[in-house]
Amino acid sequence: MIGVNMSEIMNLTIMGGVNKEGADEPIRSVEISSGEIVGIVGPTGSGKSTLIDDIEQLAQGDTPTGRTILVNGEKPDANIRVDPRKKLVAQLSQNMHFLADMTVEEFLQMHARSRGKDASLVSRVIELTNTLTGEPIAPYHHLTALSGGQSRSLMTADIAVISDSPVVLIDEVENAGIKKQEALQLLAGEGKIVVVVTHDPVLALMSSRRIVIRNGGMVDIISTSQEEQDVCCKISEVDNWLMSLRETIRRGDIVGEVA
Amino acid sequence: MKLVVLAGTPGSGKTSVLLHTIKALMRNEKRPAVVKVDCLWTDDDQRFKRLDIPVHVGLAKDMCPDHFTIYNTEEMLRWAEVEGADVLLSETAGLCLRCAPYPDECLAVCVIDVTTGPNTPLKVGPLLTTADIVVMTKGDLVSQAEREVFRERVLEVNPGCNIVEANGLTGKGAFELAEMIGSGPDAGDNMLLRYNPPLAICSLCTGENRVARKHHMGVLRNLDGFMEYKGE
Ligand SMILES: Nc1nc2c(ncn2[C@@H]2O[C@H](COP(=O)(O)OP(=O)(O)OP(=O)(O)O)[C@@H](O)[C@H]2O)c(=O)[nH]1
Ligand SMILES: Nc1ncnc2c1ncn2[C@@H]1O[C@H](COP(=O)(O)OP(=O)(O)OP(=O)(O)O)[C@@H](O)[C@H]1O
Ligand SMILES: [Mg+2]
Ligand SMILES: [Mg+2]
Ligand SMILES: [Zn+2]
Ligand SMILES: [Zn+2]
Repeated sequence: MIGVNMSEIMNLTIMGGVNKEGADEPIRSVEISSGEIVGIVGPTGSGKSTLIDDIEQLAQGDTPTGRTILVNGEKPDANIRVDPRKKLVAQLSQNMHFLADMTVEEFLQMHARSRGKDASLVSRVIELTNTLTGEPIAPYHHLTALSGGQSRSLMTADIAVISDSPVVLIDEVENAGIKKQEALQLLAGEGKIVVVVTHDPVLALMSSRRIVIRNGGMVDIISTSQEEQDVCCKISEVDNWLMSLRETIRRGDIVGEVA
Repeated sequence: MKLVVLAGTPGSGKTSVLLHTIKALMRNEKRPAVVKVDCLWTDDDQRFKRLDIPVHVGLAKDMCPDHFTIYNTEEMLRWAEVEGADVLLSETAGLCLRCAPYPDECLAVCVIDVTTGPNTPLKVGPLLTTADIVVMTKGDLVSQAEREVFRERVLEVNPGCNIVEANGLTGKGAFELAEMIGSGPDAGDNMLLRYNPPLAICSLCTGENRVARKHHMGVLRNLDGFMEYKGE
């Protein structure tokens, strides 16, 4: 499914602002083109989520970091910053729980309406959610009763289907106990701009570049080298093995010998 | 003098948003003054005073805080004039969801906390439905989807409003709100309320405190919703 704005957005530019001390951050501008996955890495509390919040709001020097976000090299229109029907950005934030006292179905129907999408997408969202999570969720379940992993899976599927937008921001998909590589693939879609905050080596090295954050500022940009890509292949084998062990244990089965 | 009436349930983030907005107004060369009305107690004045602007507190005590705000609007405007202000920001207590203390010639701002869930916009009543601007706070605590659903609900009950997604901690939205205040209306001499205060005048209003029904007179509503007039 291709959103209306999908073809119109070619690239995003992050114009540097200030770090936590108010000093100019070393990286003054980063351009990200459609089809690219960019990682954001850095210590806890360094300002990774703050950077993707700036992108979500299409900041215009009006956030504490003073950053400016350009779309196709230009200042974006005011209404694409706020109107969900015109929104360019879908964001999976670090929040693990829903606070709304509604059923899954009611919530998804309202969300589809807010994004100007058809309510028939609801069943697709639930189907997709259940490919990511262990215990399946049902349309009549209450949002507030879902577990952290279930909520996270639902948020992920909702973004892939209902919020389907040309820019996707993902904050730490790995901590939710859901299938992270599947989740990333689902969210990334095709020809999107994807920005992933991560502490996970596989996800970090799956991106083509990664922005390093320290003390609230962007201090470096590292392109993933061929060597790193090779490392990525190796660790993702290990990672898949760990995942399969986790599944075995979750099912209540016995773990066999190391091959 | 521009008049901004800021209402919203207790703790929704009115003061936090105003503090950032006041800074943005001052950067735009405006001279804001603030009146905070509350019921019994408030320390909001201490928070506003740190910005070095004129601050006044009104405690409604045994009067409905919204009735108090309405009754004292003229006096507040006069005070702000004397203080040399050009924008009067009035933060209400926002307890009585039946009243909406917005005059027609003001910028009516309703501050609403998204963490209270998407059914809240249906409950808030005239405070929300007659506002010009709806400020959604605490969006940092929920998912983007939840913010969008909340927004949809706000637009269902107030289709014409401008929505500002603000954050009382970081100041997000304050710049936008300050711009809207800058182009807001001037307070007039013959302002009318946008929404009628409650009609009922009953013996409870005049100090009857016995609970039994037989002691009450006036315009009264029964549990089943039936309204009647009891008395002479
Ligand atoms: N996480 C988060 N907290 C907020 C936000 N805005 C305000 N708060 C917090 O919410 C609490 C109440 O904020 P106030 O600004 O005092 O609320 P108020 O509406 O002025 O309260 P009253 O005047 O007592 O009715 C404070 O602890 C704020 O720090 C926000 O956007 N996000
Ligand atoms: N450039 C900046 N200027 C001022 N404050 C900043 C800046 N960048 C980040 N901060 C503040 O630093 C704090 C931590 O930031 P943030 O939550 O983005 O960290 P994080 O890297 O996502 O951490 P975690 O790994 O724990 O999720 C926040 O309170 C944020 O407002
Ligand atoms: Mg974070
Ligand atoms: Mg207050
Ligand atoms: Zn009242
Ligand atoms: Zn009465």
